[in-house]
Amino acid sequence: MRADLEIIDEWIQPNSRVLDLACGPGELLHHLMVNKKVSGYGLEIRAKDLNTCIEKGIPVLEQNIDEGLQNFEDQSFDLVMMTHALQQFRRPDLLIDEMLRIGKECIITFPNFGHWRNRIHLAVKGRMPVSEFLPYNWYDTPNIHFFTFQDFERLCHEKNIKIVRWAAVDGQLKDHWWIRSMPNLFSETAIFHISR
Amino acid sequence: MPDVIPVDSVGIITPQIAQFETPLVLSCGQTLLSYQLVYETYGTLNTSASNAILICHALSGDHHAAGYHDMSDKKPGWWDSAIGPGKTIDTNKFFVIALNNLGGCCGSTGPSSINPDTGERWEATFPMVTVEDWVVSQARLADLLGIQTFAAIVGGSLGGMQALEWSIRYPDRLKSAVLVASAPKLSTQNIAFNEVARQSIRRDPEFFDGNYLNNETIPTNGLGLARMLGHITYLSDDALGAKFGRQMRHADYQYNYDIDFEVESYLRYQGEAFTKRFDANTYMLMTKALDYFDPAAKADNNLAKVLSQVTCEFLLVSFTTDWRFAPERSEEIVNALVKSGKPVSYAKIEASEGHDAFLFPIPRYMAVLNAFLTRIANNLTTESK
Repeated sequence: MRADLEIIDEWIQPNSRVLDLACGPGELLHHLMVNKKVSGYGLEIRAKDLNTCIEKGIPVLEQNIDEGLQNFEDQSFDLVMMTHALQQFRRPDLLIDEMLRIGKECIITFPNFGHWRNRIHLAVKGRMPVSEFLPYNWYDTPNIHFFTFQDFERLCHEKNIKIVRWAAVDGQLKDHWWIRSMPNLFSETAIFHISR
Repeated sequence: MPDVIPVDSVGIITPQIAQFETPLVLSCGQTLLSYQLVYETYGTLNTSASNAILICHALSGDHHAAGYHDMSDKKPGWWDSAIGPGKTIDTNKFFVIALNNLGGCCGSTGPSSINPDTGERWEATFPMVTVEDWVVSQARLADLLGIQTFAAIVGGSLGGMQALEWSIRYPDRLKSAVLVASAPKLSTQNIAFNEVARQSIRRDPEFFDGNYLNNETIPTNGLGLARMLGHITYLSDDALGAKFGRQMRHADYQYNYDIDFEVESYLRYQGEAFTKRFDANTYMLMTKALDYFDPAAKADNNLAKVLSQVTCEFLLVSFTTDWRFAPERSEEIVNALVKSGKPVSYAKIEASEGHDAFLFPIPRYMAVLNAFLTRIANNLTTESK
């Protein structure tokens, strides 16, 4: 299993009711359904991923998150998750509000654009970083917002959102002490567990 | 008409008739003392009788869902594209049942059948039947065939409403429900369209208050008009536009009320063709069954509350250009299921065909259905081991 999913797994209470936004092929949800007996739904719009979920028996709903989540009631889920997708939506700030409205807690993972390699790339080459981890060009990337570990932390403070815990991992999604000591510089993926 | 039966066809099928002598108390308060249901089956029921799929038909459907009745048939059954060996609803794995609903005009007891009490056709005296009544009668057919639990109950449009009613009424008698292009109840606009359809039939002088067969006539104008109207609502604006545009029959306008535009000719043909195969009283009755269906009504219009008792898993499918039962209508059911914490998956399929899309083998639609049913079939094998 992906290392970031392993970290998240430890944070999740058994039997939780979970909503996984942009669930992809349902890897995490499937793992949690089997190992943590969670129930819940994935939201996805890619046909291929949707079919994979249906094949695996993961309840999945075709819904465009950018068009809103009004159909989900306040505090109707124990947990709302979003892994590696927040940077792809139009208004991450409003989306986080919505996630915290629907879920008692949220877990969000995203690529930390403040990673030292990105900084050097931009500083030295003067061009937007393209890496193995973020393999897109500026014009074709689905990632329409670039933000850093610190940016996210700051947004949480501004919105009075409680950071329950966080983790920071490298490209292999492993965590190391040096990443933990300077997550904004060394983490490639940031993982936040937040609540109101 | 096939020269040879295709390998993925269920082949030549002979409809069967089930006769019921146990009285059926209907929602309207009347009782049918005896009745018959005509049905077809495809595939083989396994020893544990766990691999059955019930296909519920829509407004103008019938029991002939797949295969051919005769080598001279022009067309196979109405859902032949989906049902057959190796097809989406795989008859190598499943035992598929399709029936003609009560009140129908294709062999099940309905307005054009003989009332045993009078020896005459029922016609206008045939009692109103509802989706609930259909589901009860379908359950009796299942009993007769030795099926306690269906692996899946599948229906499009009005058929989806039957699948939904099954999940509520007999929660332990189905493992899964597939609702395609369906709705939890009709919208005001839906009812309005149905009323215009009914009025066009009722106002036909040949209707004779529903007793036209006993008067040796048929209200073809009224029924044809009802179908023309219905047909427009089943297609999308885009689909009609793509098919006909402003294509004209003659080079110039005729400045009269004959056919100028091809779409006029098409609709007239559709209306007329329908009157040859369908009964006006059945059409009236089926539209009323649609209007009346509203499972949430008995629970303060709280659909989630009604669905809190269901135990099967759900697959819902809608189509982007369907404005008769728009995707939002399917999503009402999805949201209610989510609210009551029930397992449901939902796909909104890009399709140009409008409401009619549920009858077409649209690749993504078939893939979604196949993914769902393959797992249902696999669960059967693991359970039996």
